[in-house]
Amino acid sequence: MFRILDARQLASDVKWFKIEAPLVARHRQPGQFAIIRLDETGERIPLTIADCDHEAGTIELIVKAIGKTTIAMCEKGKGDAITDVMGPLGMPTEMENFGHVVLVGGGVGTAVIYPLAAGLRKIGNHVTSITGGRTKELVVLEEELAKVSDRVFATTDDGSYGYKGTVADKLKELMAAKDRPIGAVYAAGPVPMMKALADLTRPAGIKTIVSLNPIMVDGTGMCGGCRVTIGGKSKFACCDGPEFDGHQVDFKELADRLTAYRQQEKASLDLQTQRRCRAEAKLQAT
Amino acid sequence: MAKLTPKERMKIPRQGMPERDADERNKDFKEVNLGFQKELSKLEADRCLQCKERQCVAGCPVGIDIPLFLEHIAADDMEAAARLLLDANTLPGITGRVCPQEEQCEMVCVRGKGKGVPVAIGHLERYVADWARENFDLKQILDKPSGFKVAIVGSGPAGLTAAGELAKKGHDVTIFEALHEPGGVLVYGIPEFRLPNKVIESEVNRLREMGIKIITNVVIGRTFTVSELMEQEGFDAVFIANGAGLPIFLNIPGENLKGVFSANEYLTRVNLMRAYDFPNYDTPVFVGERVVVLGGGNVAMDSVRTAKRLGAKEAILYYRRTRKEMPARDEEIHHAEQEDIIFKFLVSPVGIIGDEEGWVCGIECLQMELGEPDDSGRRRPIPIKGSEFVTKCDLVIEAIGTRANPLLTATTPDLKVNQWGYIEADETGATSIKGVYAGGDIIRGSATVILAMGDGKQSAAAIDRYLRDEKKTPSSAATTGAVASS
Repeated sequence: MFRILDARQLASDVKWFKIEAPLVARHRQPGQFAIIRLDETGERIPLTIADCDHEAGTIELIVKAIGKTTIAMCEKGKGDAITDVMGPLGMPTEMENFGHVVLVGGGVGTAVIYPLAAGLRKIGNHVTSITGGRTKELVVLEEELAKVSDRVFATTDDGSYGYKGTVADKLKELMAAKDRPIGAVYAAGPVPMMKALADLTRPAGIKTIVSLNPIMVDGTGMCGGCRVTIGGKSKFACCDGPEFDGHQVDFKELADRLTAYRQQEKASLDLQTQRRCRAEAKLQAT
Repeated sequence: MAKLTPKERMKIPRQGMPERDADERNKDFKEVNLGFQKELSKLEADRCLQCKERQCVAGCPVGIDIPLFLEHIAADDMEAAARLLLDANTLPGITGRVCPQEEQCEMVCVRGKGKGVPVAIGHLERYVADWARENFDLKQILDKPSGFKVAIVGSGPAGLTAAGELAKKGHDVTIFEALHEPGGVLVYGIPEFRLPNKVIESEVNRLREMGIKIITNVVIGRTFTVSELMEQEGFDAVFIANGAGLPIFLNIPGENLKGVFSANEYLTRVNLMRAYDFPNYDTPVFVGERVVVLGGGNVAMDSVRTAKRLGAKEAILYYRRTRKEMPARDEEIHHAEQEDIIFKFLVSPVGIIGDEEGWVCGIECLQMELGEPDDSGRRRPIPIKGSEFVTKCDLVIEAIGTRANPLLTATTPDLKVNQWGYIEADETGATSIKGVYAGGDIIRGSATVILAMGDGKQSAAAIDRYLRDEKKTPSSAATTGAVASS
């Protein structure tokens, strides 16, 4: 059992957790993830390790409540436990001095690029971070990113906060600024967002590294469920990734494969809601 | 009671294993074989001629004294039979169910010569193992503590067996398992209807009772490296038994369509994650109406029979050779035929077809014919030009084999591996690193549970010799205590 030492709401549906997981924390490097299973009947899901304390033996996870498991997890708080936490998995981020790097996070994808900022800055990069959301409430980690970046921009599609526009719009603006050419872009977020950024940077020849989020089961390379097509070749996101060259990724295939369990995901969520309604009704009746 | 004469023994026919009705059992995941009762077991055990040749013993990868074992059963001394069995075999409830006896002990049994039928050694092993589980508390006697610590990577059959043997010798054993439940391929690969999880649990608990520690959720190669285990965590020797879990894909068009799985993924969802009980268990799996499974081994059998049980109207197996060349266990093929599995031989896939929404809707194959034998000794399948045909289907499972997962070997640079990524080891399992041994699928490629167990036994003996004769003093490395505190 892995204890939740601390938890905090970052946005209405985004929660931050600090979890006691000494074996995972020991070797964890930025870019790696953990696979968690909440309880005996739970599914295994990957979550990026947003931060860690090697000595204290803790890891930090940022979770957006979308499906059954993440919703259930976001209901847990300090003192609760998670049955299984396994890691650190995936290839660590290749840190290089590109001069000027732009980190782009869309929604909870910001939790994925946040861990890269400090390391990239340490080796000499000028780090510009963009954290975007559809609306003000969905923009996360702006304060935290400000501590580890040279510049931070928050963007909202509806203009309710910060720059009005998408993260791609903001990146386009930065690309146009001649005084500070961009050496590389690291991006994580919804698939259409990552695709849009890759399409934007490809003609400009700006190296773009994306962190992919396919469905996973084991996370150690034994099932192939997380396979993605990179430059025409099949790769496993859990072992060869999760970061890949954005200009080589078949985003259409990834987006498509992510819809595979829509029906089952809905059934699972519906059952959870039904069970809760019944339980509540029972409580009210007593 | 007077002993039977050979003539009397020869008169006894082989007792059949009671099985559940095929039309009933192909709709759920309860075990197919019901097991012998005591009287049936004694009768079957009496079929053994107690012959001088005893070839069955040599035919057993863990060297069980089969004739003596059978004698105990026939004499109704189940405790003696259980003691003998558990002394030689750490996981008898498992091997009794999954060993390919027809290629091992039963193949060389003299009762099987000519038109004869061998003694049902496997079924009897299952009977005694199950009896022991319910009635016999072994209270394994361990040698006094040696002071040595051994780390085992992987809780599959090789790792579990090595752990048991090393613990008997007084060593302090810790097994590291990447997944959240121990058992390796036993629990993620082999379905409930062949090997119930409660059998695995019970046999693993017997090991825990010997003081063996099992730490789950640890991926050696990422959470720790092998050298860290020895240099920082104080282990005096390491046995690597992490299996060959990397699924082989065909690299044909359409392989990434929705509804195409490796057998590993399909079976892991159903067996380990219990997707057959979705949504009580959260992990989903697809239920195809017309499922095509590619392959001819036990994994292919498991996959196609699982698909049938999940509700497929047609569960079809496509194999590129014929029934004769299928490497699967006889019993599995026989059970599958009874369960309405459709077999199509001499076909090989060339492409998977998808609909406008990215789902599998068909598979295109070529007809094959058999030519000269290849490296495996089996006749090579040769495509027949122009024989392409398309089969409608909505789920495709590739069960064509697995290879070594490079996760561990990639972070252990001094460990010599061959061109396929398997660890190079001598007959005792010794690798290119002193104190590091390896066994099971990671050295031989995907093979059987029993061969892995044989490796586990051999390597445990070799590790014991290495520790006592060569190493002599337990590691004094000041450990970081990371393992101890977890």
